[in-house]
Amino acid sequence: MSSEVAVVAFAQSPCRVREDATTSGVEMLVPIFAEVFGATGLTRSDIGFWCSGSSDYLAGRAFSFVSAVDAIGAVPPTMESHVEMDAAWALYEAWAKVLTGEAEIALAYGFGKSSGAELRRVLALQLDPYLLAPLWPDSVSVAALQARLGLEAGRWTEKDMAEVAARSRAAARSNPDAQVSGAVAAAELLERPYLAEPLRAHDCAPVGDGAAVVIIASAARARELCERPAWISGFAHQVDSGSLGARDLLSVPSAAGAARAAGAGSVELAPLEVAELHAPFSHQELLLREALGLGDGVAVNPSGGALCGNPMFAAGLARIGLAARAVMSGRAGRALGHATSGPALQQNLVCVLSGEAS
Amino acid sequence: MSHPVAESAPLRAPLEIEFDYTRSLGPVLSQFMAALAERRILGARGADGRVHAPPFEYDPVSAEPPGDLVPVGPEGTVVSWSWMPEPLAGQPLAKPFAWALIRLDGADTTMLHAVDAGSAAAMRTGLRVRPRWAERPAGSIRDITCFEPCDGPAGAAPEGEPREVTPGMTITPVRLHYMHTASPGETAYLRGLAEGRILGQRCGVCGQVYVPPRGTCPADGVPTSEEVELPESGTVTTFCIVNVGYPGQKVTPPYVAAAVLLDGADIAFQHLVLGCNPAAARMGMRVRAVWGESGSISHFTPTGEPDADYESYARCL
Repeated sequence: MSSEVAVVAFAQSPCRVREDATTSGVEMLVPIFAEVFGATGLTRSDIGFWCSGSSDYLAGRAFSFVSAVDAIGAVPPTMESHVEMDAAWALYEAWAKVLTGEAEIALAYGFGKSSGAELRRVLALQLDPYLLAPLWPDSVSVAALQARLGLEAGRWTEKDMAEVAARSRAAARSNPDAQVSGAVAAAELLERPYLAEPLRAHDCAPVGDGAAVVIIASAARARELCERPAWISGFAHQVDSGSLGARDLLSVPSAAGAARAAGAGSVELAPLEVAELHAPFSHQELLLREALGLGDGVAVNPSGGALCGNPMFAAGLARIGLAARAVMSGRAGRALGHATSGPALQQNLVCVLSGEAS
Repeated sequence: MSHPVAESAPLRAPLEIEFDYTRSLGPVLSQFMAALAERRILGARGADGRVHAPPFEYDPVSAEPPGDLVPVGPEGTVVSWSWMPEPLAGQPLAKPFAWALIRLDGADTTMLHAVDAGSAAAMRTGLRVRPRWAERPAGSIRDITCFEPCDGPAGAAPEGEPREVTPGMTITPVRLHYMHTASPGETAYLRGLAEGRILGQRCGVCGQVYVPPRGTCPADGVPTSEEVELPESGTVTTFCIVNVGYPGQKVTPPYVAAAVLLDGADIAFQHLVLGCNPAAARMGMRVRAVWGESGSISHFTPTGEPDADYESYARCL
């Protein structure tokens, strides 16, 4: 049943620090909406359901997503929804709308302007509001606690982490939307100072602004909109406990569970060739590879991944869009997009895409 | 009067947001916070036999509330740590410190808190730590100022009486800082106000005039392309009478908050209508802008003209 819906278009804005951009996202969204409409020949009146992902805490104002609705042209009224999380979850809602027949074509978009806020500090407000948030533990420090657990358990070394960063930056040289890229040796990265010991700057996603958009369509429409649609063969998300101290931070049960539920490891299907993982910290890529059961044959983050550009509330959706683009372009027969939310990989979403409808 | 939208750098300014969350606690966290105010730490035994500290409201395995809470700590052991060389606003210490996952004695899970270790070199996994209590507890996780190494000198035990503690409640102050950027349309609008002019923008597709400018036409999803100067006069499309006081209120109730449709605009915006008895406010009332001192519209006031016909503003309701 799930293969009846396909990704037919994807676009993202370059991830940059944009002092001129507002937190409403409109300036970043208008050009990428034009791009996906141009690619499909659709107009805004063809979209049966819109769903966005963004955050008031990041924007610094209440109901900030309402301003972005101007970019979609919502007069006369359209069927529209919003999630206060990465737009990968908005895509999940859109997928459900198409599966249930409430819409034939749906559009999910996400946007975030992190450079106007103190991102790592704002993210403390996603934590337990009684026991954690009052201490303002920032997102980098929380990730560093997870990284050290793995280092001291012998799961990885600081060199392994630097190698993830070096490989990501090398891959990002061919990605014009990346914020960080270049040829740099892991050994050179390891000479740089700690940002939050044991994390160095290269272990952490850069702070940048951006937006992403994905259009999905029912089987009846997908083939007319896209020469080679990326069929969604599985889509699932799961969440681990909100109690940070009660979690085993060296396993990611919600990622493994979501991958199982989405059929990522199905032996009946062609092997996965590409995986775009939403790992904002270098060690988290290592955790996710294991949790998702990705073997050496899978090209992980050929875009450079979130370590080279992590526009909040858009980066997870962009991972799915990039995986879909690998399928739509014929570069991969089967690809996986992953998104995360919450501290230290608390919540995880997996979308499996295939060139073959089943 | 109209001309193409001028290009100019968007206005930017710091934006500080402050608010206190007053949160009601569940039965378990109420006991936990009350114990903290007495400088004791409690945990909860789970269905799997593990002791959770801090405690849970509902068992993560059985979904049952816990039985009697059990005392843990107050000393504990560092399980993982990271170093904070430049603390951020609101964090437990203003000088460099360690964040740590601390397993309190008698507990199986960890508590996240700060450790005042002096330097990263003094931190290690396995370090024994003890809480440093706040001088005046308030029934909050901040009643533990931070943890400190057990092998360091012990400070004087705090003797301060608790602040006024409201059982079952905890107050968390939130202060956020942003550098806010106005959109190009808002920038033109604000610069216009500083010159005593009201600037809107017209959509090149549908011709609607938006004031303040929206930047993008909500009907067409395209950037608005043409700047339009609007008069100071307009019509009240709808209104309410504010009778309720609130902190920071600048006008004494009762007063009128109205949607004002400027002549030549296609969208109303909200403003104050002063200078008349609130009971006299009505739909269709003609008003004009009264300018404040700092390049802004202070409020609108009735012009005394005959009311506008309902049909002239009905489309904007």
